[in-house]
Amino acid sequence: MTATQPTTGPGTEATEQPGVTGAPSGSRKPGGDVRETLYFALRNPKVLVGGFVVLAFLLLGLIGPAFLRYAPMDYAGPPMAPPGGDFPLGTTTFGQDVFAQFVAGLRSTFLVGVLGGAVAAVIGMTIGFVAGYRGGLIDELLNMLTNVVLVIPGFVVLIIINAYLGVRSVPMQALYIGIFSWPWVARAVRSQTLSLRSRDFIDLARLSGVGVGTILRREVAPNMYSYLFMTFVLLFGGSILTAASLDFIGLGPTNAMSLGLMMNQAVQWSALHLGLWWWFVPPGLGITLIVGSLYIMNVGLDEVFNPKLRET
Amino acid sequence: MRGYLARKTLVYGLTFVVAVTLNWLIPRLMPGDPVQRMVARAAVQHPETIESMTVYYERMFGLDLPIWQQYLNYWGSLFRGDLGTSVWLFPTPVSQVVLDAVPYTLGIMIPAIVLSFVIGNTVGAMAARSRWLDNVALPVGYLITAMPYMWLAILLAWGLGVALGWFPVAGGYDFGLVPQWSWSFAADLLHHWVLPFLSLFLVSLGGWAIGMRNLIIYELESDYSNYLSALGAPRRLVRRYAFRNAMLPQITGLALQLGTVLGGALVTEIVFAYPGLGKLVLSAIQNQDFFLLQGTLLFVVIGVLVANFVIDIVYVLVDPRTRTGLTGATA
Repeated sequence: MTATQPTTGPGTEATEQPGVTGAPSGSRKPGGDVRETLYFALRNPKVLVGGFVVLAFLLLGLIGPAFLRYAPMDYAGPPMAPPGGDFPLGTTTFGQDVFAQFVAGLRSTFLVGVLGGAVAAVIGMTIGFVAGYRGGLIDELLNMLTNVVLVIPGFVVLIIINAYLGVRSVPMQALYIGIFSWPWVARAVRSQTLSLRSRDFIDLARLSGVGVGTILRREVAPNMYSYLFMTFVLLFGGSILTAASLDFIGLGPTNAMSLGLMMNQAVQWSALHLGLWWWFVPPGLGITLIVGSLYIMNVGLDEVFNPKLRET
Repeated sequence: MRGYLARKTLVYGLTFVVAVTLNWLIPRLMPGDPVQRMVARAAVQHPETIESMTVYYERMFGLDLPIWQQYLNYWGSLFRGDLGTSVWLFPTPVSQVVLDAVPYTLGIMIPAIVLSFVIGNTVGAMAARSRWLDNVALPVGYLITAMPYMWLAILLAWGLGVALGWFPVAGGYDFGLVPQWSWSFAADLLHHWVLPFLSLFLVSLGGWAIGMRNLIIYELESDYSNYLSALGAPRRLVRRYAFRNAMLPQITGLALQLGTVLGGALVTEIVFAYPGLGKLVLSAIQNQDFFLLQGTLLFVVIGVLVANFVIDIVYVLVDPRTRTGLTGATA
């Protein structure tokens, strides 16, 4: 979608390839080698650095507000004060504390990432599993649906939805973003399920008489846990970017501060011409670092899960 | 090949219907009433005047008809190229407003897409399996891809525009000039075009480079590459085969990316107050001109669908498997 496939477009193709080779060859026992995975994860610099940056921002967003003296929208200090002293990131043209806004914005950023990513992951995986496993007419129909949503420019539909229905809270925004960013997930999961379907252990499970849901959950999914996790990370980053764009156009939630909204206000009140760089640099930098770290972490995770890619 | 094209046509036809229906339906779910808003804007007190104005507007926008007829009329006027009338720029037809803005958007989008695709793929192909370049290109590529479009635009506008003063940061041409066919106007147009183009181009670049790098590595590990190397083929030849195979998913990716790049173009234009579709969307939202918003976005959706279709046809030309009916691209 939307800005969701943004990066995920080429990025997806990229991670998809190693995943495809990784999963089917995975006769690895699900969950049996958590320790081995952890061993390699903790020794992979990409995972460590990426994870550290993301966690640092998450922590700042979670506990930061407890140490702030001003609310994000308070007219707290002198207008247009540069960083330093009472205001670590300076103030806006109205004397609002930029740091307070940034910390509050981080919260919405993570919230929209987790919720949007989760919604898209659940829809995409459900459709992908069912289409790939059941095959036949159901597969045809779901495939058609996937293709239709895939081609519709999701960002445009999100603009229409936001403009008309007025999305006024972060979770609603995340829900809508999730609804339009699942198709590539469904496609990828479907093709992997398809290749797993004819395996012996699936036949065995089917013979034992358990239901479709159980087979998908207990036999199919565990074989691609690593891939599913990486998919979620990509969706997480994509949702954040989409939300930032929407907020920037002025279609963001009205009851919360967000990093996109900060940039919207900075541009609107000509921070560029006044040279108030501390107003518009931090929000964009925050998003870039969070999403970039997520992507780099994903490359690292790919190496952890797929032994072929490990550097010796 | 016929089966492939038939399938694609079916998908796009269906998508078109869904998109148009969504575009028609969503506004009608909206709380509030555009006609009331327009009447309120006229600021008349006289109840009879309000009454007749309401009736006039409702008749004009066809809101007094039963809902199914509104839907059919919507399709009818769509095929006549009639996207309604702008409320903000009343009585200009929406299609006119949109057509005036389209050249600007295409002017930054097409060069940005083409150049980023070509350069990104080249850099990515070079970076694969070259340790030094890879270590530089990969992290930089990921960070660039992770940048929100408008942030890079803001940084460029501030750095190259406001601080250094090299480029203008607002508008499509100097406000003192009148659009005309002259060298000075063309130069001014180009001068204003540089920054919006550059920011769109840069953000798109990273994704292609990374995608290509990963695909080349994947191709170089495949059997045919190993076989070629075992036969003693020079590295360059093997890489050339890998590159051609890796282009296929990248072309598919290009189709999927269009919607995203378009979203990027919209927000980039807003940063630079560039008079394209993005600015139109923003003005429409700020002025609550829903006919303009809807018309613009419908136009955009159709544009993306058409471009997707063109790319799919190009794919047939590039991938011989789709021509012979083997499993090439899945529809």
